[in-house]
This record gives sequence, C-alpha cells and structure tokens, in this order.
Amino acid sequence: MNLHEFQAKQLFNRYGIMTPEGYLVTNISEARQAAKQLGGKHWVVKAQAHTGGRGKAGGVKIVDSLDHVSNLAYKILSRRLFTHQTITEGLPVNHVLIEKPSNIKQELYIAVLIDRLSESVVFMVSPWGGVDIEAVATKDSNAILNLYVDPIIGLQNYQCRRAGYFLGLFGMAFKHLQVLMHGLYQLFIENDASLVEINPLVITKRNGLLAIDAKLDIDDNSIFRHARLEIMFDPTQEAKSEVIAKQFGLNYISLDGTVACMVNGAGLAMATMDLIQMEGGEPANFLDVGGRTTPDRIAEAFKLILSNRKVMSILVNIFGGIIRCDLIAEGVIQAVRDIGISIPLIVRLEGTHSNLGRTLLSNSNMNISISQNLTNAVKQAVKAAQEWRE
Amino acid sequence: MSILVNKYTRVICQGFTGKEGTFHSKQTISYGTNFVGGVTPGKGGRVHLEFQVFNTVHEAVEMTGADASMIYVPAAFAADAILEAADAGIKIIVCITEGVPIQDMLRVKYALNSKNVVLIGPNCPGIITPGECKMGIMPGYIHLSGKVGIMSRSGTLTYEAIYQTTHNGLGQSTWVGIGGDPIHGINFINCLALFEDDPKTESIIMVGEIGGQSEEDAANYIQHYITKPVVAYIAGLTAPVGRRMGHAGAIISRGKGTAEAKLVALKDAGVHITFSPAEMGRRLLDILGSDD
Repeated sequence: MNLHEFQAKQLFNRYGIMTPEGYLVTNISEARQAAKQLGGKHWVVKAQAHTGGRGKAGGVKIVDSLDHVSNLAYKILSRRLFTHQTITEGLPVNHVLIEKPSNIKQELYIAVLIDRLSESVVFMVSPWGGVDIEAVATKDSNAILNLYVDPIIGLQNYQCRRAGYFLGLFGMAFKHLQVLMHGLYQLFIENDASLVEINPLVITKRNGLLAIDAKLDIDDNSIFRHARLEIMFDPTQEAKSEVIAKQFGLNYISLDGTVACMVNGAGLAMATMDLIQMEGGEPANFLDVGGRTTPDRIAEAFKLILSNRKVMSILVNIFGGIIRCDLIAEGVIQAVRDIGISIPLIVRLEGTHSNLGRTLLSNSNMNISISQNLTNAVKQAVKAAQEWRE
Repeated sequence: MSILVNKYTRVICQGFTGKEGTFHSKQTISYGTNFVGGVTPGKGGRVHLEFQVFNTVHEAVEMTGADASMIYVPAAFAADAILEAADAGIKIIVCITEGVPIQDMLRVKYALNSKNVVLIGPNCPGIITPGECKMGIMPGYIHLSGKVGIMSRSGTLTYEAIYQTTHNGLGQSTWVGIGGDPIHGINFINCLALFEDDPKTESIIMVGEIGGQSEEDAANYIQHYITKPVVAYIAGLTAPVGRRMGHAGAIISRGKGTAEAKLVALKDAGVHITFSPAEMGRRLLDILGSDD
C-alpha cells in the first residue's frame, strides 16, 4: 500500500525525522491561507498523488506570490495528473501540500527497503540526490552505499557513521544522520514498511538535514495489524477496476490489449498473457480468480473484463485442481445468461471434472467455443479478437 | 527414491481443525500419505478426521514421531507456527499460508539459519512425491510416479507441466513448489542439488516467473553443477514493469527481475528453454529422445 507524501511526512515527524514546514490543503482559499501562515516570499506547491515524476508533469512548483499559490493549487486540483508512471487515465489530485522552500546546500539520497537477495533490510545512501537513483546506479555503482541490517540486532551506530563519512557529512549534519537513520529504521520496522525513500534528503545552509520528499510503501500483507495505516489508504489513487477486484478477492490488472483472460492462479495467468502475445494478440488484462472460485466471483470477473471497452474476446483458462471444472462451467453459463456477453468467449477447461465441465458448456447452447488444448484456445481467442474488430 | 519426502515421512498438520486444514488434510490422508496427527492450540485431546489433535507441535512430535508438518494457519500466525515446528524438531516444514508479512519472514529465516530444517514456502502449493507423500494443495490424481524432478514458484501453471509429464509417461520423482513470496524457504538451487543427487530423477523441469533473481542464480548453478537435462519455462514476458502480478514476489522492480533477463541467463547456462507452457512436457521428451 502506497501512502501520500504528506502522510509519509506525518509519520516521519513522529519518528524525529525533520521535514519542511508546510500545510495540507484541499481548495484555493486554504492554499492562500496556508501560504500566508508560512510567510516569506516563496512557496513550494506540491500535488499529492501516488506517482513519481510529479515535478516534470507540473505537479510540483516553486511560486513567488500568493496569487500564484492559489492559481497553481486550482490548476492542480481541477485536473488529473499524468506522469510517466501513471496509468493511462492519470490520477486525481485531492490534496496539495504548501511548503516553505528550504535553503539547500546539497541534495542526498537515502532509502530503506527489503533486499530479496540478502534477505535483510538494507539502507541505500548516495551523495547524488534529487535525481533518478536508478540512473545513478547504472552510471556508477560506487555512488551508492548499501548497508545491510541484521534483523535481530537491528541498525548499529557504526553503520550510521559509515553512511555519514560516505556522504561527506560533518558536524551537525553528521549527528543528524544518526538520529535520522535510527528513526527511519524504527519507522520501517514498526509500520511493516517495504520501502521508505527520501529523495532528496537535503543538507541545509545551516548544516542540518531535511526530508524534502517522502515515499513510503507498506507491506499489504501486514495491514491487518496496522489499523492506523489502513485508514490512510486512498482508493482514488488506484484504478477503479482494481479496487473492485480486490473487494471480490480477485487479482486484476488492466492492460492495453484486446484479448481478455480469466485464469485460476497467478503463474498460469501470466503464462496465458504471454501465450496470447506469442500467438499475435495483445492481452487486455491480468486476472487471477484464485483457487476457491464461486459463481458470484466468476460473474464479477466477467463484469470487470467487460468494463474495459477495448476487449474484443475473452479467454477463460482453468486448470481445475481443488476447484472443479463443472462448477466453473456452471458459473460461466450463469454469468453469460445474467450479464449477456456479446463478444466471442472461448473456454479451456482441463483437470478435475473437465469432461463434465465441457459437456455442460456444450449442452448450454450458448455461443461459447470450448477447448481442451491450451494452445488452440489461445489461437482461437486471438483470431476472434481480430475478426470481431473488423 | 525421491527428494525430501517419501512414504516414510511422518506428516502432521498445523491448523488441522480449521477449514483449510481440514479440507487439505482429508486429501492428504486419502492420497495415502503417512499422516500421523494434527495440531490446533486449545483443541488438544479431540479426534479429528480419525486422528489425534494436539495442543502443541512438541506434544505431537513426542506422541507420533512426526518429522514433517504442513501449515494451514492464517497469515497472522504463520511465522509463529513455523518457529514452533522448527523448535519441536520437525525437519520438513511446508507453509501453504498466503499473505505472510514479509518482515515476519525475515526474522523467521534468520532464526531457522541455525537449525537443521527445510522450510518450503510460504505461499506455496507444497511438495509431493507421487504415490508416496502429498503435503500441499495440489490435486493428487494428476501425478504419476516417475523420473522428472519439478520445481516451481507457481501452482496451477505447474499443474500443466505435471499433467504433460504424466500423459507422456515420464512421471515425476518429486515436485517442490517453492512459493510465490519474495522471501521464502527452500530455493531453486537447493532443489537442483537434491535432484542432481537423487538417482530416480533423470531430468528436471523448472517453472519460473518474473521477480527477484532466483532463476538467474539457478542458471549459474546449473552451468557448474548439474549434469541432468533441465527444461525451463519463465512466465511473465508480457508483465508490465512495477506491477505485482498476483504473487507478492512477481514484480519487475527497478528494471530487475524481467523474464528476458532470466531467459538469457538460462539459455547461456545451456538450459533448454520453452516459450509455451503447453510444451514443457514435449520439449523434455524431445531432448531426452535426442540424447539417446
């Protein structure tokens, strides 16, 4: 689960990590009021949306008058934000952060994440902040220091000192880094984070450290023990179809193609998408209906697929293990009857009770192509999509 | 022969009396697995599915001589259940539970380092040695005792490989489903080493997917240590970057973990690649045929 920058900064402050002074606003009069309150002659106006690249997309700007603050806030709040990371329809912006600009001496990078390879929590620090860290990593791997934390003894002071020397810090900033790193680690563990990133972390002219930006991801699997974080979830930042899918226990990701698929199991779902492409089609989605599929779930899955207007054919690919293919077939028949599906539907059933399932489908007298062979089923679905478009 | 589990493996179930535990224990028992009892805290002393229920794994081990446990407890209790099994002396721990917090697994893995146990999973379909021992959610009947060692991260996708090798008569020595989580127990390299040493296993199928670099590591290992033919399939060529594809571990992050990179590494290591999940069994037959 992603948090907004302002939510992450609230958490930062609770763990002693300094952030710029600022206010969260939701309309232009609040924006103006916030700027007045902050004083000064310059303000940073930041769109709050779950995406990187906000600056380039015009969602983050420094302005020099109260009118500009309200104008920009209006502009940001009244349209969706499109960045290179957002889904095609962009993201709505419901909150704007108005902050005091900082006196920046140098921009640094720091992140805490879980490293799959070493199976530990790792701190990544770099003196190259404010830029794309992946570009830094490709250019010069020595520009990043990785510090691996022992899960039992936790972060140690010597590791903070290493980071400080690596970043070339001295005096107050050096001391601040120790406090900041311990705060970050505690935040990371106590909130079951999977990623905390501060880019940039800046050294101010007074030699202090300030988190100018904040990115925080919480492990979805841990939400059950973090009621306080759960209420921070902002469903407006997710594709609507994916939010609905989650409610029904479906795993759904919308894509750009025309051949939709409904599959049991994540691996088989990915493999089905790959096969669609191999046969010359483009997958319209990833959809895993899970191991315990009921007729209701199948109906919801069809509705999700059909909510994507680009879909020209649907392939149902089920390898019945624990779930029985005859029950799947009944679910499909019921869904087709209830929802009404006009585009071509191809069903491939294999595994438990697949013969019975296929018989049920063919006896239903519905316009369903039935297949036992996976490759043939995919070929049919791709061909049907192409023909349907014409 | 086989790897890790066989007809002598004495299996218990943690979360025995729950819905999932009950359903899958029934299947495991009817498959003919050497099932010896179950554990549900607070329900000790009862009889469930004609087997004794114990309050603790320690008690179950003492009374039944169990050496393997399959875990079907809810995600919130999975770490605790794994640690309990390890502490009680269980040697093979299969954690089926999906959705275990990743930081729980960091600590669990660290704690297991000092113990002589094999953890399979979490978020995995389990392990099966056909005709002998089934610890997991896979449908038993699609398997055939035979000579292909199968290892995979996914469930139903692997059923395809199983089914194909059953139909073409090769059969399986053991299938290990290592699971779809980013931090998990047994990995591909561990399985490869065991398959290489197992006389019954004559060839290996690996079913991988995007995310992490366990397939790349496996490729490197195969190149240096594996003499048996290996066929690999990798799912997720069409997966978009940065999106989690169902499995917690199936994500291309920071440009790493792509199917392309895995396929290149495997090809370079001399692994036989198949691009279609429908062709895994046939590809293996072709290779075995050409070796003769």
